Amino acid sequence: MKTKLSNGLADPVKINRGGVRLNHQKTTNFSEKLAALSPKKVYIPLNMHIGAECKPTVKVSDQVKVGQLIADSEAFVSSPIHASISGIIKSIQIADINHSGSTTQIIEIESDGKMTPYENLTVPQINSREDFLLEVRKSGLVGLGGAGFPTSVKLTLEDNEVDILIANGAECEPYITVDDYKMRFCNEDILDAMRAIMKWLGIPNGIIAIEDNKMEAANILLKKLNQEPQKYADIKIVIMNSVYPKGMEKLVIYNTTGRIVPGGKLPKDVGCVVMNTTSLAELGKYLRTGMPLVNKSITVAGSAVSNPQNVDVPIGSLISDLLAFAGLKDKPDLVMMGGPMMGIALSSLENPVLKQNNAILAMLRNEFQLANESNCIRCAKCIDVCPMQLQPTSLVRAIKKNQIEQAKNDGLLTCMECGSCDYICPAKIPLVQYLRFGKKQK
Amino acid sequence: MSAKTPEQNHLIIASSPHLRCHRTTTSVMGNVLIALLPIVIATAFIYGCRVLLSVAVASITAILAEFLIQKAMKRKQTIQDLSCIVTAVILVLNLPLDFPFWQLIVGTIFAIVVVKAAFGGLGQNFANPAVTTRIVLVSAFASSFAKNSEPLARALHLSNSVMDSSSSATVLVLLKAGTDSNELCTLRDLFFGIQRTTAIGETCAIAILLGGLYLLFRKIIKWYIPISYIGTVAVLSFLFGGFSIQFMLYHLFSGGLLFSAFFMATDYTTSPLTNKGKFIFGIGLGILTSIIRFWSNLPEGVSFAILTMNILTPHIDRFTKEKPFGTEFNKQTDL
Repeated sequence: MKTKLSNGLADPVKINRGGVRLNHQKTTNFSEKLAALSPKKVYIPLNMHIGAECKPTVKVSDQVKVGQLIADSEAFVSSPIHASISGIIKSIQIADINHSGSTTQIIEIESDGKMTPYENLTVPQINSREDFLLEVRKSGLVGLGGAGFPTSVKLTLEDNEVDILIANGAECEPYITVDDYKMRFCNEDILDAMRAIMKWLGIPNGIIAIEDNKMEAANILLKKLNQEPQKYADIKIVIMNSVYPKGMEKLVIYNTTGRIVPGGKLPKDVGCVVMNTTSLAELGKYLRTGMPLVNKSITVAGSAVSNPQNVDVPIGSLISDLLAFAGLKDKPDLVMMGGPMMGIALSSLENPVLKQNNAILAMLRNEFQLANESNCIRCAKCIDVCPMQLQPTSLVRAIKKNQIEQAKNDGLLTCMECGSCDYICPAKIPLVQYLRFGKKQK
Repeated sequence: MSAKTPEQNHLIIASSPHLRCHRTTTSVMGNVLIALLPIVIATAFIYGCRVLLSVAVASITAILAEFLIQKAMKRKQTIQDLSCIVTAVILVLNLPLDFPFWQLIVGTIFAIVVVKAAFGGLGQNFANPAVTTRIVLVSAFASSFAKNSEPLARALHLSNSVMDSSSSATVLVLLKAGTDSNELCTLRDLFFGIQRTTAIGETCAIAILLGGLYLLFRKIIKWYIPISYIGTVAVLSFLFGGFSIQFMLYHLFSGGLLFSAFFMATDYTTSPLTNKGKFIFGIGLGILTSIIRFWSNLPEGVSFAILTMNILTPHIDRFTKEKPFGTEFNKQTDL
């Protein structure tokens, strides 16, 4: 079924194969003003991003204000961390978040209840590409779609290396509506950030990629573009059909430009840089106000939640506080960070919200399905849905026989763990779990 | 971090994805059984209760055989996935009407224990249990196949002299013997099931098509195998039948072609994984079926064609693997 597009919206150039149609479950309400969580305490881990862990720049019992730098790193691949509430540093301790097997330093801040912004924050003055990249670094921005890759590193590009900036507003995971919210209500920040990136990095084209279940957001953006056609001449909107996992970086690039990112390569190798719309909105806000990334809009939803909504959450707030704020109907059986297809199940609610989190879902037992492995019947549904054109059943067969080499030859490392094969499997085999296991083997 | 209260430890930890679709192996097999229903009903109507009796005997035997062999091999019980009943029903539809019950029971046990369980159970067998069993039964109990069933409806056509003069030959045998098509039962009879066949399931083309369309509609099977198989036989019988459309249609609607194309060749376990592989598989089936029908001294080639292609399936799979996304590098695409 094809959505009729209004003038100015573009069809995808190519459509990837595979994927699954999911029940979108985007039940959160949209109101322009988000409810804000004001926690008594926040616990800010210093390894939220991909790259080097930050070192604290504050000491226990220091006074901090919102937006003040509390941790930074000398390393290139890293991202500074700022206080998300005003108050006093209670402790700096080492802990393992969600039993991930690796420990990190965690700064605990006790709120003074005032949320005073840090007075030394100024609106960035940018005169050159170097200034721009420095400001992006200072904003503490990381890939907010979930990857947590430092934005300043992503945008450090060579001259003419990239000719297309893609704003990824696909948001293909069910339940999550953060990007949708940002596109509806923070679209000026998104467009400003796109224009700034295109200007300072010399990228001639901009594309906003949106799934057709968010036509309202697309039309709002289109209206904005049409109001000032001169200013936004280089930006166009591409409407993709909403088939999970359309929002994956490689698929967004393929759908909007027809370019194929080779296995093991980066988007910039085919001249693209992809940024999540929420990241762009935060960058736009930083360029406008100078306030670094201290708050995150989080979709709180799932059958255990009484009021599914997007909440403005200071980074480091405890998930238990956030769930209490949105209200719980019943004790949840499964709580996850992120969407239901790729989200990480939490072992404890006493975990902090991270920079790159975009959803906290609390589900009752009847809302999610656990794997219950039986014999593979070779129905080949997993092959049909794999957007990476792999044969999950054959890969898992090889992994089970410990033929890792064989699996890798057949493209095991191309797997993005999107979960489509696992979702569709009638034998209820935990394919993704096997594939993850295989990818970790030598 | 604050101390964990006991109730928080009740959270379920699982690897993503946390959503899974509702289709299960049982529902897949259940859908196949639903698709077989029109054929069972139509043949029961044409031949009488004997069909239902055979289905019941074979199903009960299959369930018991599966239950006991899984117990004996200390494997997880799998009778609830309904696959053994699918095997039993398809086997019955592959046999003549008055096939002796004891031979049917032997066949069913052979299908479940030797062809399926011995190779690792559902999804592991390399050959289609119903097809293999049919071939074994044809060799072992040839006399049970020689005597053809006579449709109830045939009584209505007693006046037809051809029917009387060739009372024990099926349409394909007659065609092979060079009988003029005009003297055979009409195409309409073939289509609606008023004909004599070796196997019960071949009788009523319209019921088979109904079941096949249901499978396609419910996305249980894909069109690649049935279409490429039937298409290949159509083309070959048209070419070698002296460009006679009538001859071609007789070939399409008689013998086990339609039934196997939709219900046996499409068996997940014994057919290739990829769409390309399925297409090649279907063409191979069509060629083998036609060769056997035209030039061998067997009247029917479907079973042997399917068994042969089953054996080739792993090789087809190996050569039809798709290249992973990103294998072809392409930067120069216009915006």
